[in-house]
Amino acid sequence: MDLTPLPEIVHQSLRLDHGLTLDCGVTLDDVRLAYRTYGTLNATRSNAILVCHALTGDQYVAETHPITGKPAWWGGLVGPGCPVDTDRYFVICSNVLGGCMGSTGPASPRAEGAAPWGVDFPPLTIQDMVRAQKALIDALGIERLFAVIGGSMGGMQVLAWAAMYPEKMFAAVPIAAAAYHSAQNIAFHEVGRQAILADPDFHEGRYRDHGVIPARGLGVARMTAHITYLSETALSRKFGRRIQSGAALGGALFGDRFAVESYLEHQGSSFVRRFDANSYLCITRAMDFFDLAADHGGSLAQAFQGTQTRFLLVSFSSDWLFPTAQSRAIARALNQVAANVSFVEIISDKGHDAFLLDEPDLARSVAGFLAGCAETLGLV
Amino acid sequence: MTERAAVRLVSKSMRVDLELIAGMIAPGARVLDIGCGDGALIEYLFRTKGCDARGLEIDMAEVTRAVAHGLPVMQGDADSDLAHYPDDAFDVVVLSRTLQAVEKPREVLRQMLRIGTRAIVSFPNFGHWSLRWQLLVTGRMPMTPTWGRMWYETPNIHPCTMRDFFALCAAEGYEVEQWLAADEAGRSTPWRRAPLLANLFGEQGLFLLRRGAVRR
Repeated sequence: MDLTPLPEIVHQSLRLDHGLTLDCGVTLDDVRLAYRTYGTLNATRSNAILVCHALTGDQYVAETHPITGKPAWWGGLVGPGCPVDTDRYFVICSNVLGGCMGSTGPASPRAEGAAPWGVDFPPLTIQDMVRAQKALIDALGIERLFAVIGGSMGGMQVLAWAAMYPEKMFAAVPIAAAAYHSAQNIAFHEVGRQAILADPDFHEGRYRDHGVIPARGLGVARMTAHITYLSETALSRKFGRRIQSGAALGGALFGDRFAVESYLEHQGSSFVRRFDANSYLCITRAMDFFDLAADHGGSLAQAFQGTQTRFLLVSFSSDWLFPTAQSRAIARALNQVAANVSFVEIISDKGHDAFLLDEPDLARSVAGFLAGCAETLGLV
Repeated sequence: MTERAAVRLVSKSMRVDLELIAGMIAPGARVLDIGCGDGALIEYLFRTKGCDARGLEIDMAEVTRAVAHGLPVMQGDADSDLAHYPDDAFDVVVLSRTLQAVEKPREVLRQMLRIGTRAIVSFPNFGHWSLRWQLLVTGRMPMTPTWGRMWYETPNIHPCTMRDFFALCAAEGYEVEQWLAADEAGRSTPWRRAPLLANLFGEQGLFLLRRGAVRR
């Protein structure tokens, strides 16, 4: 496994003026959010769209990643002439609080010149991430966002935004999202976390002091998670039972390898170079904690009471991680408060991953929805 | 009349009765269109009357088309999804040419008049003379352009006549504020004052209902 560290760069970032008090009660005095913007904020500051990234995403939503060199992670959806058209809208995307691409997280020092937080970083919630984003939006001088858009964990943030700051946004687009993390989802996350914790190189989170990273554990965590992002059909179509010869491992039992094994291993090994294990523990935990209804007396509708926000919910037919039933439950809760909801289930066999791929119906739906909202708002 | 032309071009299966329906809706009204297809009526109501019009549609391809067109439409089922809306959420709830295809027409009507002050319902009239004549003469289920599929594969599982519908409204305590019969093309026919004649010669019935004084 190639573990040479990726080059370090300085990410564009902003230090929050007043620190941030978290749901757990801890106040972080020194909070920095790394972010990127695309397009131009108009004179009335009314064309801003916030994009929220998923578990292992980051702020480089619409440009080649400066560290990994990989293409923009949502390049098909966000960019000039795209459904989220940066010729028309001012797009902001920030690395989540707890992340490892320039925002304050477990790898950040506790204080100026001190050692990193590591596993002592306070437990975060999705709402904490949203509060940090809100502070960033305020600092950028934006009174109200035109829209907040995100998929998967990004969709959870969109829902939290809609529940916490309804007056601060005109439209919400949670894609392949859920109002709570299911027991099955928590279970898969836990397998990944246990793999990290069991890695001898983890050193109780102080792996950097030992000059190593828990690469095997983090790699296995990524492999497990990646299976949940795909559908059986997608795996069968891509790999079937194909055997890949010339495998690195010798011996009779593992002499030949299935193509799907090599693929997963590649997913795991390319991931560990760019992602911090403690961040992974912290963010997966934040997702597990998420339960919007529980925060509102057990009623999801209550979370959206009186909302004037327009919603577009999108789910994918073969997504079993954030299944359509989850989006439908959100749609029904929004119906209960007579909110303006559009809801499409897109037929796709690509599983949860579909939200990141070029799905024509996703592009059409988002483009049409935003155009309709812009027309209603008189946004030229 | 370019607006009329536009509605006809985009409307599902020549549902030009949409225009008659739009004529019953006040400007600025909050409207839910159940079985809205590609959203022709809600777009028409939004653009010409400034209505806050939304749609519910079971067919995903139609929903995607509507949303891609910027219309607030959600995928859902009249039989199961209306229960999730609060009382009085809309001024008007529309069910155009869908009543005969739902699982529980009476329950759907009740829900419509719970979540809306008024309901507009249109349906193909099974009492039309040509259907009666075919049944009488051939002894088999009638086949017409409207009732064009064999009994074993038709989605129209609850056909009714205009008289049947008047009777249901009376039984449920709904006030019929307006009604009319229309031909297949959606043009209003002159049988407005004679329900029996309308039931014989109207190819479609169109009703504007209001919740009765006593809530059920």
